[in-house]
Amino acid sequence: MSISRRQFVGVAGAGIASMAAPNLVFAGSSDPIRVGLLAAKTGPLASGGIDMDLALTMFLKERDNTLAGRKVELIVADTAGVPATARTKAQELVEKDNVHCIIGPLAALEALAIADYLTEKEMPTLGVAAAEDMTQRHPSPWFVRLTSTSAQCAYPLAEYSVKELKYKKIVTIADDFAYGHEMCAGFQRVFEDNGGKIIQKIFTPLATPDYGSYVAQVKSADAIFLGTAGSNGFRFLRQFIEYGLKDKMAVIGGMTALDESVLRNMGDEALGILTTSWYSAELDNPLNKAFAPVFRKQFKYDPGYYAGSTYVSGEVLEVALKTTKGNVEDKKALMAAIRGSNADTIRGVIKFDEFGNAVGNVYIRKVTKSDGRLVNSVIKTYPDVSQFWTYDQAAFLKNPVYSRDYPPAKNLEP
Amino acid sequence: MKWIAVILIGGSLLLPPFFAGDFYINLASQILIAAIFALSLNLLVGFGGMTSLGHASYLGVAAYISALLTNRYGFDHGTAALISILGTTAMAAFFGVIALRASGLGFLMITLALSQVLWGLAYRMSNVTNGDNGITGITRPEPFGFSLESPVAFYWFVLIVTAIAFLLMTIFVTSAFGSSLKGVRDQPRRMAALGFNPWLVRWITFIYAGFWGGVSGLLYVYYNKYIHPSSLSTTSSAEALLGVIAGGSGTLGGPVVGAALVLLLKNYASAYIERWNMLLGLVFVFIVLVMPAGIVPGFSRLMAGLRGEKR
Amino acid sequence: MQFWIIQGLNSLSLGGLLFLLSSGFSLIFGLMRLANLTHGAFFMLGTYLAATALRSFDDLNIWTTAIGAGFVVAALGGLFERLVLTRLKANTLGQVLVTLGMSFIISDACLMIWGGDSIPVPTPQNLQAPTRLFGFVFPTYRLVLVGLAVLVAVALYFLIERTRLGAMIRAGVDDRQMARAVGIPVSRLFTIVFCLGAGIAGAAGVLGGPILSAYPGLDADMLPLALIVVILGGIGSLLGAFVGSFVIGFIYTFGTALFPELAYIILFLPMIFVIAFRPQGLFGRVGA
Repeated sequence: MSISRRQFVGVAGAGIASMAAPNLVFAGSSDPIRVGLLAAKTGPLASGGIDMDLALTMFLKERDNTLAGRKVELIVADTAGVPATARTKAQELVEKDNVHCIIGPLAALEALAIADYLTEKEMPTLGVAAAEDMTQRHPSPWFVRLTSTSAQCAYPLAEYSVKELKYKKIVTIADDFAYGHEMCAGFQRVFEDNGGKIIQKIFTPLATPDYGSYVAQVKSADAIFLGTAGSNGFRFLRQFIEYGLKDKMAVIGGMTALDESVLRNMGDEALGILTTSWYSAELDNPLNKAFAPVFRKQFKYDPGYYAGSTYVSGEVLEVALKTTKGNVEDKKALMAAIRGSNADTIRGVIKFDEFGNAVGNVYIRKVTKSDGRLVNSVIKTYPDVSQFWTYDQAAFLKNPVYSRDYPPAKNLEP
Repeated sequence: MKWIAVILIGGSLLLPPFFAGDFYINLASQILIAAIFALSLNLLVGFGGMTSLGHASYLGVAAYISALLTNRYGFDHGTAALISILGTTAMAAFFGVIALRASGLGFLMITLALSQVLWGLAYRMSNVTNGDNGITGITRPEPFGFSLESPVAFYWFVLIVTAIAFLLMTIFVTSAFGSSLKGVRDQPRRMAALGFNPWLVRWITFIYAGFWGGVSGLLYVYYNKYIHPSSLSTTSSAEALLGVIAGGSGTLGGPVVGAALVLLLKNYASAYIERWNMLLGLVFVFIVLVMPAGIVPGFSRLMAGLRGEKR
Repeated sequence: MQFWIIQGLNSLSLGGLLFLLSSGFSLIFGLMRLANLTHGAFFMLGTYLAATALRSFDDLNIWTTAIGAGFVVAALGGLFERLVLTRLKANTLGQVLVTLGMSFIISDACLMIWGGDSIPVPTPQNLQAPTRLFGFVFPTYRLVLVGLAVLVAVALYFLIERTRLGAMIRAGVDDRQMARAVGIPVSRLFTIVFCLGAGIAGAAGVLGGPILSAYPGLDADMLPLALIVVILGGIGSLLGAFVGSFVIGFIYTFGTALFPELAYIILFLPMIFVIAFRPQGLFGRVGA
């Protein structure tokens, strides 16, 4: 058995090609600012990743690819929604493309896979992933999140459900992974602290093509809370309606249950559903009024969670760059500028707390019809919502992180 | 001719740390880890004739055991590695008993089912495995006091392990046992008539393949410093299987080439081509049409053809 | 009581859907000994085609769309079989590679054409009103799906048992060499059967659309189900696929409802048992 003519393509290719391209680090303000975007453009999370790319590219184009007087180069890396790929792509952005800061990634599993790497490389990161502990028990000085933790937007809705909608019993349903667990846990906590009862918590496996058997399990209650992400919420809702349950129970949802990207494929059955989020395409502030219609005109649908997240990142980055006068080489200064930016964005003004999480407005939205299409109209604004809601920060952090079983659900009906 | 190939291969393996940037060295490490995984799978697929779609079980289980022991229970790396490998190998023995009750598509399905059960457990038992958040903050070992934190140091470590793995698997395949394995693959009844025990031959191979799968799992978790249930998924197994077949399943070098191909397309080409998934599919179809036995056999036939031989 | 009835009906409708999905796969595997791993992608393609067709043309109904999509997918399948699969006679590993590769191509093409969002497939107008049974409602379309599965099963039965084409297929399944020896054009038969299998998958995708919706990853979710049904029911047996589909439908529906902790593995445990103790499945033939 001869061991000849083997092992050529892979290692030889990488080796020989790399010999011709050693790494050099550039410095100096005549070079462009390189921004890396980690987005899942293929795989099950593709819908969000594509929106993230579109919005950020649009943001930069509007400003002629120049921020604070310096040219900006955007490098987009497809993580495919897989942790190992996310890590490789992060390495590619940092080591091969020499980016100065990173925007994204979207999913907790991607963010957690690269968190220690980005901290080690001291790479300023404007994150989107909602995993609670990344800004609670395991924060990093190099990471900020300008969207929301999994539970942050659920708190106001839980209070609203008790106080204004007068719901007493609620069933929650979410995907069976950390994001779903954390969001339902947060909702449950505030709902029950205000006198309500969560009588059933359903978690559906990630690959559930047919929601029929889950719909049939739903117990009778005042409302059902959808803690789902992506398109699962709307697929579940369709079955929910087909089984006639929408006539018996109200439907409320978290920040990704009925996102604008999902609404555009729905019909009148979605009207009247309340959701909560840190953004809505219908927000009535000058910055959003300049952004949302332009996005809609260009891409033919309203911007939602994902498009909003990267546009806001761009806005925060711009404010930070203005403070450092375009200097990105001094990473510590850039990070400090980001954290202290207090930027006015399409979602309102956001500040970062000491853990790097955004404190800002959370909006209760209702699905209505406007101009013949479905939109998330804002019906109430909760200002300055932090990831700790009204709870004492130290006590909050002493508790374990939210999970499927924490806080324990004491009011479940058998 | 042979020496040119050896120099080329040796060069491409030994030169990167001296010339290439960190990113490429890391990519090379990943290729080598994928290569060990693919080689272990090939023992089953190519030499054993048993197509498995659940090989990621061994990678994932070894990775999880090592991560949990070092991260949560404070074991040192040496002991943790030993326990992981022993545990994974024992699991391979157990799985082998179940899986070998079937053959062909049935075998494929059982291996798929077993790995899916593990995948589901990894997600569901979140108080042990941390479920979908995965286990972060895993450290790398320090063999003989050498730190493996830098990409270059880690690359040398992986290279040494890969060389040992390749050597040992070659010995396995070219030994008398290896011959009996190939015999059982091709003519099980005749082998039984000759006094061999086909089941035992297959079972031993299954265990050995699981062993090396576990080794690749350890390297995988050291490299990534993170483990997530997706490493146990069918996609993970399928990519390795595709790499083995594309590279050439009956050969020793084939899996390495195939694994490199899949990895490079996924991680490198994806930076330049948005539709890299489609490209991957097209490459596979092309390979099967042009070189039905895989890249390595196809290439050697091409070389032989150029030299005027009839192969 | 209501729980048992509703979940029972759910099981039946899921079983019906699974049969529509896996009958094509069983047919192809039974005759050609080919595990068509592109099957999930064929199904998904049908769903996407339905999503676009039914949302763009109001007067189009789902039955015509199913037949139309079936033909489109059958044509695609036929091309694939003629150009690629024919060259891989006994090369099982090559078949695995090529069918998986084809599924990558189809699924990425769907992502490129339809984007990453879920697209709902509208339920036919006249079936939108739910059926009232024993004091509760159940979606009518799901009941219809069960009926459709039975229809397809009967149609396939007649095709295989009562037509000349069916006789040729059965001959090819039993003994390929002899079939060729008596003049049956086995190679052309393979193409026909592959087209038929792919076409049924495409049509099944359309019919499953109102329940599943078209989304990226649908192919990867459905393929393992088809594999499980065929393994459980027995390779090469259409009756096995029929019974297997409903058994899986019941196990899945009641399993996830009664034992949510086992949701991820509820399908695989029984399959492991069956293969371990009866490798040929419920109705398969030993040595087939």
